[in-house]
Amino acid sequence: MLPHRDPIGQSPHSFLREVEKRSGENLNLCYQCLKCTVGCPTAPYMDIRPNSLIRMIQMGRKKEVLESSAIWLCVSCETCGTRCPNQIDIGVLMDALREMAVDEGIHAKEKNIHLLHEAFIQSIRRGGRVHEATMLIDYKLRSKDFFTDLLPGIKLFMKGKIPLLPSLVKGRGEMKRIFERCTKAK
Amino acid sequence: MRFSYFPGCTDHSTSYEYGRSTEAVLEKLGVELVEIEDWNCCGAAATHSLNHLLSLCLPARNISKAQAAQAGPLVVPCAGCFNMLKRTEFAMKHDEVKRQEIEEIVQFTYDPSLEILALIDVVLNRVGLDQIRQKVTKPLKGLKTACYYGCALVRHPKITGLDDPENPQYIDQIMRAIGAEPVKWSYKVDCCGADLALTYGNIVQKMVGKIVSMAKEAGADCMVTSCGLCQANLEMRQDMALPIFYFTELMGVAFDVENRERWWRKHVINPKGLLETLGLG
Repeated sequence: MLPHRDPIGQSPHSFLREVEKRSGENLNLCYQCLKCTVGCPTAPYMDIRPNSLIRMIQMGRKKEVLESSAIWLCVSCETCGTRCPNQIDIGVLMDALREMAVDEGIHAKEKNIHLLHEAFIQSIRRGGRVHEATMLIDYKLRSKDFFTDLLPGIKLFMKGKIPLLPSLVKGRGEMKRIFERCTKAK
Repeated sequence: MRFSYFPGCTDHSTSYEYGRSTEAVLEKLGVELVEIEDWNCCGAAATHSLNHLLSLCLPARNISKAQAAQAGPLVVPCAGCFNMLKRTEFAMKHDEVKRQEIEEIVQFTYDPSLEILALIDVVLNRVGLDQIRQKVTKPLKGLKTACYYGCALVRHPKITGLDDPENPQYIDQIMRAIGAEPVKWSYKVDCCGADLALTYGNIVQKMVGKIVSMAKEAGADCMVTSCGLCQANLEMRQDMALPIFYFTELMGVAFDVENRERWWRKHVINPKGLLETLGLG
């Protein structure tokens, strides 16, 4: 295989540098011991395993990394970062990669996971606290996936665990400012 | 003893019984919880996945409210919220530039002396086992519990600074103090996959299935947790009918607090039968 070149024309190193800057993690410390992947509960379902992901970042393979399902299937359980002998916080790295993918407008390979996160954030934006009922409807409308998991939802509703009325934050102005500033800064 | 208190969004929804049992048990232990004024959502996995700055600023607003309350350390029952608040605390303490940015956005001055504590930590290390033992009127004799910690409470240890991340003992110690018998098992810190519960039910079912079947294999009658997401996920994604308790609910049984029926009604797997067979109904 020919050496990988990023289609945007950056040198492979710029991707590594950008990831390190965003995440604050030093990825050159990785010596491929595989502890992260061995402990990862969702690695069996990922297209690229965590240890390979780090290697690919070192190689500058930006497109494949940011388009992977792996960065979305990470559940942020931090088993990897806790066990890494070189103190690389891979959970934080995954957050940085997801954020980079979104900023670059890269279509998430795991679309529904991305859409659920968005619906969740919008729910906070609307009321300051999450309101499960409207958040779930919003997610269903975004994903157009109306039938998956209807039963567990109904079960919880029947138990009175999905309140119809939202609980709202009074400091609307404060919340608005936080949201505006945090989206503008990006 | 007095603490400021962050209940979190699930307090009156999916973790209703956690909230009510916490209030009942802490009252018995003589702990006063002062709910911080006008708190907001901690941001959860959604914000730290998509918008790092927002994931720090939302908890920061709650920290500012806790500082203003001047009611003592901030106590957080939900492991997920606890983790988010601790991430912000970590950034505030270790990253000068970030701290200034957050302070400017949220418009407050951070006071590093404010402690942020998990509820389980407060119950074990501030109230203490002696106090707990004194309140027990109905020891949970014969109840074998698999104590389940999950991720957010103990990881990343540099953030949470709590217990042993591979073999934590906090819940086990409390269970022993109220007369229950914690089993030895190897899945107490394995992730239940709650983050994917709404998008990848099939994967989560496998993750939960493994954890619950290992708890059963270890001889447990039930599992005990301190995380609202874990509790809901473990109850809904298993087919083995193993009851899942919050640690505060079992403390409530041991202290014989009233109106426990209203907690059991909220469970997808009703634990009443199990408690009755042991004479703890």
